[in-house]
Amino acid sequence: MDVSTISPPSSDSPIPDAWHQVLQARLADRERIHAWFETDLDDRLSFSKGLLLVTDRRVLALTAAGQGCSEHRLAAGQTLRQQDHAGIGSIGLFDGGTRLGCWRYTMAHGADATRFVRQFEQALNGLQGAHPAGVAQPRLCPLCLAPLAPDQEECAYCDIEAEAPPSSWVLLRLWRFARPYRWQLLAGFLLMLASTAATLVPPYLSMPLMDDVLIPFENGKPINVDMVELLLGGLLLSALLAWALGWAKTYILALVSERIGTDLRTITYDHLLHLSLEYFGGKRTGDLMARIGSESDRICLFLSLHLLDFATDVLMILMTAVILFTIDPWLALVTLLPLPLIAWMIHQVRHRLSTGFEKVDRVWSQVSNILADTIPGIRVVKAFAQEKRESGRFRQVNQHNLAVNDRINRIWSLFSPSVTLLTEIGLLVVWAFGIWQVTHNRISVGVLTAFLAYISRFYTRLDSMSRIVSVTQKTASGAKRIFDILDRVSSVPEPAKPQHLERIEGRIDIRDAGFRYGNRAVIRNFNLSIAPGEMIGLVGHSGSGKSTLVNLLCRFYDVSEGAISIDGVNIRSLPIAEYRSNIGLVLQEPFLFFGSIAENIAYGKPHATRTEIVAAARAAHAHEFILRLPHGYDSLVGERGQGLSGGERQRISIARALLIDPRILILDEATASVDTETEKEIQRALDNLVRGRTTIAIAHRLSTLHKADRLVVLDRGEIVEMGSHEELMGKEGAYFRLYQAQARNVDTDLDDQNGSPPQTAKESAA
Amino acid sequence: MKSNKDFRLERNAAGQLVMVDADGTVHEGVVPLRAFPISAPDDGVSLLGEDGHELLWVERLSGLPDEMRALIEAELAQREFMPEITRIKQVSSFATPSKWQVATDRGDTELLLKAEDHIRRLTGSTLLITDGYGVSFLIRDLDALDGHSRRLLDRFL
Repeated sequence: MDVSTISPPSSDSPIPDAWHQVLQARLADRERIHAWFETDLDDRLSFSKGLLLVTDRRVLALTAAGQGCSEHRLAAGQTLRQQDHAGIGSIGLFDGGTRLGCWRYTMAHGADATRFVRQFEQALNGLQGAHPAGVAQPRLCPLCLAPLAPDQEECAYCDIEAEAPPSSWVLLRLWRFARPYRWQLLAGFLLMLASTAATLVPPYLSMPLMDDVLIPFENGKPINVDMVELLLGGLLLSALLAWALGWAKTYILALVSERIGTDLRTITYDHLLHLSLEYFGGKRTGDLMARIGSESDRICLFLSLHLLDFATDVLMILMTAVILFTIDPWLALVTLLPLPLIAWMIHQVRHRLSTGFEKVDRVWSQVSNILADTIPGIRVVKAFAQEKRESGRFRQVNQHNLAVNDRINRIWSLFSPSVTLLTEIGLLVVWAFGIWQVTHNRISVGVLTAFLAYISRFYTRLDSMSRIVSVTQKTASGAKRIFDILDRVSSVPEPAKPQHLERIEGRIDIRDAGFRYGNRAVIRNFNLSIAPGEMIGLVGHSGSGKSTLVNLLCRFYDVSEGAISIDGVNIRSLPIAEYRSNIGLVLQEPFLFFGSIAENIAYGKPHATRTEIVAAARAAHAHEFILRLPHGYDSLVGERGQGLSGGERQRISIARALLIDPRILILDEATASVDTETEKEIQRALDNLVRGRTTIAIAHRLSTLHKADRLVVLDRGEIVEMGSHEELMGKEGAYFRLYQAQARNVDTDLDDQNGSPPQTAKESAA
Repeated sequence: MKSNKDFRLERNAAGQLVMVDADGTVHEGVVPLRAFPISAPDDGVSLLGEDGHELLWVERLSGLPDEMRALIEAELAQREFMPEITRIKQVSSFATPSKWQVATDRGDTELLLKAEDHIRRLTGSTLLITDGYGVSFLIRDLDALDGHSRRLLDRFL
């Protein structure tokens, strides 16, 4: 067989060259390859390449360099099963119950493996005479298998952050934010030119003052008063001009940079809000807060202060150089000699500081992360009396911060004095060379004084210019961290061509849904149809995928395989906000925002009338307790709804869900964190909410699902049982066991299981 | 919840409000409460019975017959205490805790501000200040205050 044609029709890339020779030896004449897959692990899980092939007659497995080979004749009834665990995947070839072979790979090749299995099935179908289905496969992320949207270049899950220190070029990307202000920037630049020029006038005027006034006076000539007046007037005028221009320049540019900073913050925050939950899961609050808050502030400061100063300095150096050369080229040359040396030094330090400052930033966000972790969890810290340990943890990070800063400062502290030293040496050289020139009558004393005046400004600027190195580095790393957010594409993309549903009935169909979190499959092969108005109870151990399913239904994440549709329309083709406005979500931990109770209830519908708000609160059984608060519906509740009990907060969040009148309702352990008495109150509120809506309820206490039309029992991401309470009890399966286990737990659930003994007890006591 | 107008209100000898509803049931010790005391004082007043459950919901106070409204308003006036600050005369320090001498619509008084957090912005220019003893002071319109008061207040915002 001709090796150059070894390129299976359905795969997109040819087999690596290394295999060609081996293949030529192994393949029979006119044997056609359907699919291939290169494995990278052997039986003992060492890294070693292998090749799996499906031809039109057999499955062929080659090991590295063709030393080993196994083959299995292709026959109907064979299946390839793909499994993965902890980043290692395996493909097993099964014939009925017997395993014929098993090959392993790292999950980096996961997508190839999936493709291979699919092509194997097609090949098998072809063997049986069936036509392979020509289904267009969506592009998959090679790392995590999540399907990519047509407009998505990289998978948003696995986009790995570059490790290299950020180059200062990243600052150029800020142009996107500076563009709207380009005319103000231009004006600022022109003002900068003018004001710099104005500051360069005084030393120039000192030349005639020295040569034509002071030195002739020393030599016995009277002072030319007119000339003195003229020169002093010129000095005053140039000073005034420099003052006015400098003010205008600084003001305009500061104004612009502040606006750029504000835009940057707003846009970054907007972008962040639209990212999927996935992103927030992986990031810590403190870190994100630092990025949006202090990093954007740092950029703003850099633009308004440091960059401005630097540009002024560069301009001044250029202008000074020109002036010096016009006055005396030789002296100018000597004066400018130390400049390249300093430039070289700056470059050296820049290199070392760049990684250092990134590290300082990282340590700094560790410091704030500890605060953000500990302060909200202060009850746990105190309850377990771990103040000492937390304080130790903080001290440790602080020490680390100190160590990192110390290391940086060691280089940094050497830097400034060295520049000063060079400055002094430079001045010394000018003095020496100037005096020598003066004694040879090549230049006048006035020229030398002018030079010294220029150059002392010049060198003090160089000193401050050297500061730009660290500042630029810091800002560049800040900008990189902001652009990290801005560059992130939501893994839950908006549809390119959105469909609109006028009125949602509430029928939900989940077809072959699968979801993996990193390399762990959380939901597998999930099929479920929910009729409009039906109430489904999701039951299962924790970790069985209930909450993941809810996240998929809300489209906080997208399914990696299969589809979820509502009224027959794939939810991925609906605009996200429009779709979610049909979903009412009641969570285990209700979150109340800072604001009044009325605002919190109207969170999903900001323009709700007061009557609507009160009606929703009534239906949620929250009206009366709200009235008893000091300011009724105007009472303010804090971040976490301080001052309200868990049940009260939960009822407010139920009112919030009721107000938007959603067609689909999701209750995620809505009653889990309250006592049984409160639970009854909430349950009554929920009964109002559930009426007539498609409801998906997760509850740990099975008794709270008594109203559900169907119960779905999940285990490890798969449906194991489905049916009403009675049916499932009759089956004596997984649900039965769960129920029994809870029934035995009399302490907590006695009340729920059979009637309400606590009340009876109370009555008998009374 | 009933919101019909077929009820009567009166005051009994003990000074309590008594409500007689449509079917003649007599409720004593009725407590009126505003639902939105700050944002919309006239919208939504609820009459609660002694047991704390709502007896009647009044959508709009102005919709009631005059004498009943007067009764409810009189009762509300006795229970509600939210002085409105008209002028801040002097503050003891710009760091909290700080003692403020203020003029309110109920007379001059002194309030203790424990922390800046206790000044809450309700809407754009309405502020609610809770003093150290739990009394709420209202500044209905920040911009309507005189310059001296605003300058003082500005140091805390």
